[in-house]
Amino acid sequence: MNNPPDISQDSKEYEEYAHGIQKHVRGYLMVGALLLTFTVITVALSYVHFGTDKANIAIAMLVATIKAGAVAVFMHLAAERRLIYRILIFTGFFVLGLFWLILLAWYDYPVFH
Amino acid sequence: MEIPYTVSTRPDTGLWNAKIGIWLFLASEVMLFGALFSAYIFLRIDAAPGTWPHGLLNVPVGTMNTAILIISSVTVVLAWAALKMRRYRAYWWYMLATITCGLIFLTVKLAYEWPQKFEHFGAYIKPDALAKYEQYLGNERRLEKGLEPRIEITGHLHSQNAKEYEVALDPVNAHPDDPAMDRPHFIPLPVTEKIATIEKADVQRATMFLPTHSAYFASYFTITGLHGLHVLGGVLVFIYMWLPVSKKIYQRNPEHLANRVEVSGLFWHFVDLVWIFVFPLFYLL
Repeated sequence: MNNPPDISQDSKEYEEYAHGIQKHVRGYLMVGALLLTFTVITVALSYVHFGTDKANIAIAMLVATIKAGAVAVFMHLAAERRLIYRILIFTGFFVLGLFWLILLAWYDYPVFH
Repeated sequence: MEIPYTVSTRPDTGLWNAKIGIWLFLASEVMLFGALFSAYIFLRIDAAPGTWPHGLLNVPVGTMNTAILIISSVTVVLAWAALKMRRYRAYWWYMLATITCGLIFLTVKLAYEWPQKFEHFGAYIKPDALAKYEQYLGNERRLEKGLEPRIEITGHLHSQNAKEYEVALDPVNAHPDDPAMDRPHFIPLPVTEKIATIEKADVQRATMFLPTHSAYFASYFTITGLHGLHVLGGVLVFIYMWLPVSKKIYQRNPEHLANRVEVSGLFWHFVDLVWIFVFPLFYLL
């Protein structure tokens, strides 16, 4: 429910609006249950050895990313205004750039590897 | 002075102002935590063998705290929905639940998890003295199995004098050849009764589990500390919105309070999001 209209004085319209919110509430509860389930999954998977530590890290980060996607539901990101998405695209670009720099710095020290 | 666009939307952006404000703020927060996470990655991939600890944190407690944050994320969005439906009483209760969850999270972190670390002791053994402490390290077997060597002896510092430390050993050093000790345990095992005497001359570095202990604990305390400050900030804002002073705003214009709850909720979800990555990185991997 992004930027819902001001609640109408008309009681019938208000009923409809409140009903719409009520539907969202059910969704939020389901997302909460999903997040709790995925937390248990994350913990359980960390005790399974997937061959290398790198594989375990990759799988844990994948589950964390799925959880992050679920939290986006709470943040109403499915239906936001274009400006918010633009801010997020810029943020994503710069944060990936930051991680990219770290990667480059790592290759800069052959003496360690 | 009336602040514009707290409830109605600005024609050019299609949003009320606080919405853009919080997202810009969260963008800067992503960079802040991004910098710390990238430092973590850098430190971790460059860590010398045996220096990146596993299984030092209490996983059940961390899992519980994760669940508490998730529940608070649900209650804050329910608080917002309750305001939208003009159910102030329900809003009040959901907000109280959110505040309680935040306070439990902080209490567990500050009164239990951190102090437990401050009481734990670790001594890094000099490379040429490792063989001398083989009975506590079990490196011969680990070498055969292709595992990283153990270079640290941990436990509770019993006593020390000018020449040596007496340490009540952690199970991992008390039974180093037990294959069950090769992997972290879900339920942490208590410190054993077995005492080891470690000569100070053989020790490279000895410290409690403080930020000075290792790059691991330095990043753990920095990131969870900064995250904890965010939780505290969120709780303080929620308390303000839960107090009678906010009821006045509600009575004047319920949408105004609903919008305030929405933006602080967005911040809270971000804090939850950070924890979703912190928890596996520090507790599990």
